[in-house]
Amino acid sequence: MSDMLRQLMDNNVILMGIWETIYMTVISSAFAYLFGLPLGVLLQVTSDTGIRPKRALNRVVGFVVNFFRSIPFIILMVAMLPVARFVVGTALGNKAVIVMLVIAAAPYVARMVESSLNEVDAGVIEAAQAMGANTFQVIWKVLLPEARPSLLNGATIAMVTILGYSAMAATIGGTGLGQIAITYGHQRSKDDVIWVCVILMVIIVQIIQEIGTRAAKVSDRRIQE
Amino acid sequence: MIEIRHLGKTFRTKDKEITALDDINLTIRDGEIFGIIGLSGAGKSTLVRCINLLERPTSGEVIIDGRSIGELPEKELLKLRQSIGMIFQDFALLEQRNVLDNVCFPMEIAGKPRAQARERAKELLERVGLTERSSSYPSQLSGGQKQRVAIARALAMDPKYILCDEATSALDPTTTRSILELLKDINRDLGVTVVVITHEMKVIDQICDRVAIIDKSNIAEEGKVSDVFTNPQSAIGRELILPSDRTDALEALGGEKIRIIFDGQEAGEPVIARMVLESQVPVSIIYADTREVGDVTYGHMVVGLPRDPRQAAKIKAWLEQSTVEWRVEKEEVI
Repeated sequence: MSDMLRQLMDNNVILMGIWETIYMTVISSAFAYLFGLPLGVLLQVTSDTGIRPKRALNRVVGFVVNFFRSIPFIILMVAMLPVARFVVGTALGNKAVIVMLVIAAAPYVARMVESSLNEVDAGVIEAAQAMGANTFQVIWKVLLPEARPSLLNGATIAMVTILGYSAMAATIGGTGLGQIAITYGHQRSKDDVIWVCVILMVIIVQIIQEIGTRAAKVSDRRIQE
Repeated sequence: MIEIRHLGKTFRTKDKEITALDDINLTIRDGEIFGIIGLSGAGKSTLVRCINLLERPTSGEVIIDGRSIGELPEKELLKLRQSIGMIFQDFALLEQRNVLDNVCFPMEIAGKPRAQARERAKELLERVGLTERSSSYPSQLSGGQKQRVAIARALAMDPKYILCDEATSALDPTTTRSILELLKDINRDLGVTVVVITHEMKVIDQICDRVAIIDKSNIAEEGKVSDVFTNPQSAIGRELILPSDRTDALEALGGEKIRIIFDGQEAGEPVIARMVLESQVPVSIIYADTREVGDVTYGHMVVGLPRDPRQAAKIKAWLEQSTVEWRVEKEEVI
């Protein structure tokens, strides 16, 4: 064990890093869903096979989503600095990182949600319409509840992706395990610091994945007996 | 009463138009079970979807209880749909809701108070015989049970009409019969008008009062089931009612008819099978009325012999040397 690693541990830097990584991931995921979920619903519902086809709107929203998805996160981060400044008043630090993560993840979440909703049996949607359900009722009472297990699986994948993105936070002065690995490990050639960060991130991902998979399974009423 | 007037529906794809329905005219009277039969692709599913405007017709109109539904504003249309039950081939139950909540679903959509909806749902589940499964999920039910839930759900809003789109096509014959019986009971007890879409003649035969045969986007013929069945006018009607193999069998007759009497002596003996196997002559069974008491068979059976006199003689020779009681039948048996 290098002195550096010992120092980081003694000063609770590693522990702090774990907390910051989890905190950023959870907050960013929540906001990404706040924007991404309605966006995904909009994309699915207005698509040609959706319950309210609106071609022009669908194309425009689809384009915007694709636009943001095609920018690599590291570039997006520097390109969107003014947005961060506008939203949270600063272009530096973890607050700014969270804004970036939300901008990057919301379009991704939108596509995930769209694809989950696409899986809902068209016959069930038709049945709801035959019973006189309006568009809102079909979305709220059929699409979202019937897609619940798939949505939870998607959320797990999204969270893991966001966690991965958060490791690049150091670029704009953010913190967390990624920043520790870069600043204390890579830049000072302390391999053990890097590896501790890697292992900790692997463990966090495993925990998120495990919780997500279980939640999806428990919530799914199709395979019970 | 549902009146369908000059109804047409064309689907537009990129480079061509497909006519699904062409100038359909039908009147479905209150309280009857009306069947619409056709081969797959004939347009029957599109037709039933035009009745609640799940599909918008491209011409003509549908008039329900005197109101042309094509002009109804969105809100009115949703209201109308709430009063028309519909059941589907693949049941279309919400997989993530239990049986009781599935039955509550249409009432939830209509804004009925929850407690009231649950009360009503319980009554309906009792009616379809599924009270003890009310907290099960659809994936735990058999096909027949799922369709019963779907029927309970369709009844939730006290509909005047129920539309059945191939409701028994995914079910085995026994389950089909029990589901059809249930629909018949509902029609009789509650006076609900039932529209049945099917490709199976036996469905029409079992429950319908009147039938329309749809073929290539058109109504080929329409009438009382008993009339259409005994004397189909259209080519498609004959094809559906008299399947080709049966027509062949009827034509193959024309030879002599022989009545074989089972008086209980031939216990466990496969008489007809042995007769055919040993004499190497095929016969058609025209009529049979036998019953088994213990393992002894009583009753009689009429078989048609081939026209060829030599083959007919072979059969008679076989009967002669057996212990079977038989005689040549003179009068018309069918």
